[in-house]
Amino acid sequence: MITAGIDIGSITTKAAVLSDGKISGTRVIFTGYNAETAGITVFEELMGELHLERSAVGRVVSTGYGRNSVKFVDKAITEIVCHGAGAYYLNPRTRSVIDIGGQDSKAIVLDEKGKVKNFAMNDKCAAGTGRFLEVMAGALEVDLDGFGALSLRAGNPSKISSLCTVFAESEVISLISKGERRENIIAGIHESIAARIAAMANRLGIAPLVVMTGGVAKNVGVVKALREKLGMPVDVSEYAQVNGAIGAAVLAAALK
Amino acid sequence: MNNMPQIVLFLLAKIKKLVLNFKKKKTMKDIMMVYYMEAKSARIGRKKVAWITSGGPVEPLIAMDVIPVYPENHGAMIGASKMGTDLCEKAEAMGYSSDLCSYARSDISCATVNGGPIGGLPRPDMLVCCNNICGTVLKWYEVQARYFNVPLFIFDTPFCHTGYAEEVQRYVRRQLDEYVIFLERACGRKMDAERLRVVGKLSLEGQRLWQAVLATTANRPAPMTAFDAFYHLALIVTLRGTPLVIEYYTQLLERMKDRVKKGIGAVPNEKYRLLWDNIPIWYRTRWLSEKLAAHNACLVADTYTSAWCGTTKYIDENNFFDSMAEAYTRIYLNIGVDEMARTVLEMVDMYKVDGVVMHSNRSCKPYSLGQYDIQKIVEKEKGIPCLIIEADMVDERSFSESQVATRIDAFMEIIKERKGE
Repeated sequence: MITAGIDIGSITTKAAVLSDGKISGTRVIFTGYNAETAGITVFEELMGELHLERSAVGRVVSTGYGRNSVKFVDKAITEIVCHGAGAYYLNPRTRSVIDIGGQDSKAIVLDEKGKVKNFAMNDKCAAGTGRFLEVMAGALEVDLDGFGALSLRAGNPSKISSLCTVFAESEVISLISKGERRENIIAGIHESIAARIAAMANRLGIAPLVVMTGGVAKNVGVVKALREKLGMPVDVSEYAQVNGAIGAAVLAAALK
Repeated sequence: MNNMPQIVLFLLAKIKKLVLNFKKKKTMKDIMMVYYMEAKSARIGRKKVAWITSGGPVEPLIAMDVIPVYPENHGAMIGASKMGTDLCEKAEAMGYSSDLCSYARSDISCATVNGGPIGGLPRPDMLVCCNNICGTVLKWYEVQARYFNVPLFIFDTPFCHTGYAEEVQRYVRRQLDEYVIFLERACGRKMDAERLRVVGKLSLEGQRLWQAVLATTANRPAPMTAFDAFYHLALIVTLRGTPLVIEYYTQLLERMKDRVKKGIGAVPNEKYRLLWDNIPIWYRTRWLSEKLAAHNACLVADTYTSAWCGTTKYIDENNFFDSMAEAYTRIYLNIGVDEMARTVLEMVDMYKVDGVVMHSNRSCKPYSLGQYDIQKIVEKEKGIPCLIIEADMVDERSFSESQVATRIDAFMEIIKERKGE
């Protein structure tokens, strides 16, 4: 059976199509103003790319903050359960998932069958999220895609102590004006995010194998900082950003 | 014009009679309306008004015919009528920190503008502050005592991590004598010990009835939800020690028992039962109740409304005055985290809940402190999930709908999964 998952996040919208349990294709677009339009667009674009008719798709599950805005799906499931299912599908040894998305971050603990045992999410502050990184990239005038690689060249990471995005931004600006090197500042930002996430994950009680998902997983600097703070390996799959959509497609196949 | 006060009092008595005596079924709305009308016209009736904290010993006030008024109950009303943000901002403009409790902020600013849903509280003649619920009330009541230039009585209840020491009993009991002296001085007459004894008996009876009402939700389906309890709570807080409370809760208990007998549930398809912890998110109770009902989930009980009947075991029916020292000292917010967790575990068993929803309340530090520990204890001992949502009881700026909605949806998905659905 062919199933699809659509993950409508605050920054990007992702789609994934599974055919008999194998990934046929995935796609990522910017969410923009209208969550529903984004959900429909990413789905149609992926269908076109895979030369599939809508009728060929057995079931569709939506997830993410915009999960309830698309009406044509069979079910909306939260991103917590979808990220768990996606990470477990990609690697059944997964017991913990750390997902850093656009506007929130979460730690999820799975049982040996891939079901969610427990989860924790950041409080409703943007620090420790993709949006936080975006704001910092703006202040540093660096392309977000170059953030990770740049930070690996840091000699001495700066200390960013503020938990608030706005205050952290002014900390960054004052570091810039002091002539601090960009890569040190970026590495400092990554460490501050990793420290926040690690505190949340440890409170929840995570166990190996830890898998990181979400768009921020593409940032090697954050992953490295997180490994160090957690003191355990952190796996990142090539599908990290579309992991939630894959999970939704996996759950769509299991719908009764 | 000289007859004005008499006319007002006459009209008031008439309205009271019409609303309360002639109606068979008394509604909370009627009772609270009369209560606030009487309090607001207290001066005309030569009655005194005392502002008192929600966990404070109210019985001596009732026995002295002083009308108790609760700034915290007022805070809840402000929150429920979605006027909290505006009043909190006013307080911040006055110089109070946004980290301060939103009940305190809205009460302090409301007093200066006579705003809010009832145009401000009636002016106090005295203030009674008991710190068994938090430390903020000390400064909050000092501010109001200065503002209104009225005497303030501070009733200090030491924190009871475990147990209840003899010296604590002596210390608190002695303050009860001082409290009576304070009231006698403020009212210019002696306390009637017999009256106080009667009020004490009524208070205990009221608390037991309230407990009985809450206990009806142990039935499946629950005849009422915690959201209903948030509403019916007002009387046991404000008027305990009066016969009106007995009458109201007796009727309510009968109605609930009847619903139980007929199998009528508050949530149409009650499938999942949840326990609530902390003060309600007053401006979002309807939203939350609909959100949970959409998942066929019912908040059957909570640690909040049960706090007004949680210490009856310490009260000696025949010696209310002496024993109330312990009852007021050992309330839910004045005990250690282990004891709080024990209470939560007992409620999990009694109400047979499938999960616990904890409101991490930005305003209420003593209530929110320890929630992570209690969460761990409940998950370990009972194997049921505990959700923590971040918000504030009155200040809407601390609430994010989509974030809370996602947490609740995910929490319900886990519960359904565990129950094999």
